[in-house]
Amino acid sequence: MSKNTDKIKVLSRRTLWIILFNLAAFLLIVARLCYLQIYQADKYRTLSDENRISTRFLVAPRGVIYDRNGELIAKNDQNFQVLLIAEQTPDIQKTLEIFERIVPFNDEEKVKIEQNIRKRKRFVPIKLKDNLTWEEVAKILLHAPELPGIEIDEGLNRYYPYANLYAHVLGYVGPVAEGDKQENPLYMVPGFKIGKSGLEKTLDHILQGKVGSIKLEVNAFGRVMKEIEREAGSEGQSVSITIDSRLQQAAFEAFGNESGAAVVLDVHSGEILALVSTPSYDPNLFAGGISYKHWNALLNNERTPLINKAVSGQYSPGSTFKIVVALAALEAGVINLNTEFNCTGGMDIGNIRFHCWKHSGHGYLNVVEALKHSCDIFFYETALRVGIDKIHDMALQLGMGQILNVGLDNEKSGLIPSKEWKKEKYGTLWSRGDSANSGIGQGYVLVTPLQLVTMLARVVNGGYAVQPTFVKQSKENLKKIKRLKISVRNIEIVKQGMFEVVNGAGGTAGRARFNVNGAKMGGKTGTTQVRRISMKERRRGITRDENLPWNLRNHALFIGFTPVDNPRYAVAVIVEHGSSGSGVAAPIAGKILQEALKLDIR
Amino acid sequence: MHELEFAKQKLTWRDKFFRLSFSYIFLIVLLAVIGTTTLYSAANGSWSPWAFRHISRFGLSLLLMLGLAMIDVKNYYKFSYVFYAVTLLLLVAVEVGGHVGMGAQRWIDLGFFKIQPSELMKIGLVLFLARYFSSTSLQVIQSFRGIIIPAILVLIPVALIILEPDLGTATMLLLTATIILFAIGVQWWKFAVVAVAGGALLPLIWNFLHEYQKNRVLTFLDPERDPLGAGYHIIQSKIAFGSGGLWGKGFLHGTQTHLNFLPEKHTDFIFTMFSEEFGLIGGLSLLLLNILVIAFGYVFAYRAKNYFAKLVIIGLNTNYFLYVFINIAMVMGLLPVVGVPLPLISYGGTVMFSLMASFGIILCMSVLSTSDDEDFDD
Repeated sequence: MSKNTDKIKVLSRRTLWIILFNLAAFLLIVARLCYLQIYQADKYRTLSDENRISTRFLVAPRGVIYDRNGELIAKNDQNFQVLLIAEQTPDIQKTLEIFERIVPFNDEEKVKIEQNIRKRKRFVPIKLKDNLTWEEVAKILLHAPELPGIEIDEGLNRYYPYANLYAHVLGYVGPVAEGDKQENPLYMVPGFKIGKSGLEKTLDHILQGKVGSIKLEVNAFGRVMKEIEREAGSEGQSVSITIDSRLQQAAFEAFGNESGAAVVLDVHSGEILALVSTPSYDPNLFAGGISYKHWNALLNNERTPLINKAVSGQYSPGSTFKIVVALAALEAGVINLNTEFNCTGGMDIGNIRFHCWKHSGHGYLNVVEALKHSCDIFFYETALRVGIDKIHDMALQLGMGQILNVGLDNEKSGLIPSKEWKKEKYGTLWSRGDSANSGIGQGYVLVTPLQLVTMLARVVNGGYAVQPTFVKQSKENLKKIKRLKISVRNIEIVKQGMFEVVNGAGGTAGRARFNVNGAKMGGKTGTTQVRRISMKERRRGITRDENLPWNLRNHALFIGFTPVDNPRYAVAVIVEHGSSGSGVAAPIAGKILQEALKLDIR
Repeated sequence: MHELEFAKQKLTWRDKFFRLSFSYIFLIVLLAVIGTTTLYSAANGSWSPWAFRHISRFGLSLLLMLGLAMIDVKNYYKFSYVFYAVTLLLLVAVEVGGHVGMGAQRWIDLGFFKIQPSELMKIGLVLFLARYFSSTSLQVIQSFRGIIIPAILVLIPVALIILEPDLGTATMLLLTATIILFAIGVQWWKFAVVAVAGGALLPLIWNFLHEYQKNRVLTFLDPERDPLGAGYHIIQSKIAFGSGGLWGKGFLHGTQTHLNFLPEKHTDFIFTMFSEEFGLIGGLSLLLLNILVIAFGYVFAYRAKNYFAKLVIIGLNTNYFLYVFINIAMVMGLLPVVGVPLPLISYGGTVMFSLMASFGIILCMSVLSTSDDEDFDD
């Protein structure tokens, strides 16, 4: 009827509205689908891959290091470490508790684990403990069902068979510092080590090798479904260095408990045959992350075991510098073999009185005798005549006042003063007193043991500018070594002086004299003040300082070479606060050079 | 008597069967086959545990659908109130049982078969409202008194279902009822008043929600709020959609699904999985099939000459539309995740049976419309 017809009309009209509403709703869905699947497809494709692909890095074995005789001095040892994959354990704390009952942690490990858990990334395993013993590995494997997410990983640990012997040459490897982790995604890999000091640091790029990676497809629970892609890594290159472990050992032992450094060079090639700095430390302690206790002990030791004194220690060369002064003067022609000065024990320069170490004076002596007795007056006079700039030039020619780039970190340049330098630095003019002080290697002059031995090698090899190096030199390379503009005659004069120091009657280093199958040593002593002896003490005759506290005693130096006739080896020795160059440093140098002769290092 | 409106139905069974819309049935079968295929992929290429049972249930419920389509149409009219009342009683029973058991209680276990009364109510409510309003005049419908009783009888089951708690079904019931009221001509402004009042009551309703329901709503508003917890589902779902792109990753090759990043892939999130594997093209095609099913419904409703039949078809069709829209909108992050499955595609027995029953009733009503004899007076 009409009543019902009205209702149906209304119903039809309203149904049209409903259909419109449905269409609008579906249009919204179509728009959303297009937005997600076309407009944002790339973004979500990336996210989807991030979900399913987990990249794991295969750390390449680090290149090993040999000494010059093929002896392994840095190698890789098997290291079992326990990893925790957080996504695979339902309750991290509970798993750790169970684990601790099997293999306990120490407090430091606990702190580190907590840190690592807080900062973890998805599916990157957390290292719980390393350097496990076989017994511990067996125990963990036995309890594996109670330890979900715990995995044993067989990794490699850097190991230095000679422990502290090579600490300052090789340095050590250690875990990547938190701040450096952003640099390279590899650094996130648990247990990844990088060179932290020494050759391990400078040669890191060679030793590291190429890290491989596997791309794995993982499901939402972190379980590996399949391997997508594998990029094989390659082992790091092995490296041979020029050090002879036997000589290194001898040099190290020669120091006993003394604090100091020694460097031995092959004078013709510049190859470093030994380089020690004492006291030393065991770099193996760093491989697994050093404990705070050990680290603080090393850091607070007054004898600074962490510093490589051979390249980073800067000392006044003292009388060893007289070689440089003598050569500068001879080359400049201001003295010759026949030039003699009269030493009366003291002289006035300006209004300051300068003393010879021998207060009674040496009388008349020429350059050879002056070197032999280490007469200060002769070299004050000589330095005044030749002038600082010529001494500066000679020192630089001989390798001082510059970084020699042997590849150890923190190598220092030392300091060779000049008139220009003083004006720039202090704004004052160079004085005659400055020249006199420089003449005996005091005052502003600073050198490293490495520079001292380089200087000596360049002199005794006949004036060839050898560069100290850890790399074995080929014959072709040796031919390329430049000759310095120093006359052989003058070199022979200086060598004669150094021969007399050890072998002449009354030479300052007579006690270190040796004769190994006719091979003798030449050299030069040096004793340098770390504090100025007061005039009062001098008047009272207190110049001996064996009774002073250790850290106030004089540094003892000696540079030596052998054989005198046909030099092969040169050594520089510094004994910190060793009191006497002749009494302490020269015998150490003697022992080292005798060992070198016996070993006949090729 | 109102029953007499359907007075003479003289069709033979055979005639009636051949008057059913085979295109409509074909669409339904096609959707179920797509659902089975998708479930086969969801199980990583296996008939168990879902695909085989899905297609078996479909076969069984296809019989139910045809059976319901063949029933004499006036039975629906006759028993609509009874059906509503029984379903309401079952809902109460579930609510009481729910307090005995723990947590969400939606089932009545008959041993061999589980009944979910809230699903039955989707049909019961439509039948009830259709019958109620087929005998009222437009004036009554548009008066306040005219809708107060049906409104209460809608809100009672809705409240019971919210208590279960099943927010998705309750929402769908409420929306279906609202659209029916809209269809019969209740004035626009009344909806506006209810909407404003509802908005004002929202904070109050909020307090009655369970913690997980609150989380779902909060997560919907900001999925990044808890990317590993409550927001995880929707984030992973969007990743699956987006990474599927235009053409999809291919059948059995959806990484989000097969690597378990996508949760509930066989139920609520099945459209996500389908779209990851078949891309925008696949998703739009599936959407189009559903739009066709709904369009058929409106055609049936238009052709029906009987007010009750029209209203039943519109009600059930709206119910179907809500399933499709809410499900797809929620997996794409357009609506909160309220647990509404995608009809015929998602795995789940009760929904399948209640849906097929709806289709059966719609078919039954559609046959009525094409019969010469159905030109009822009222």
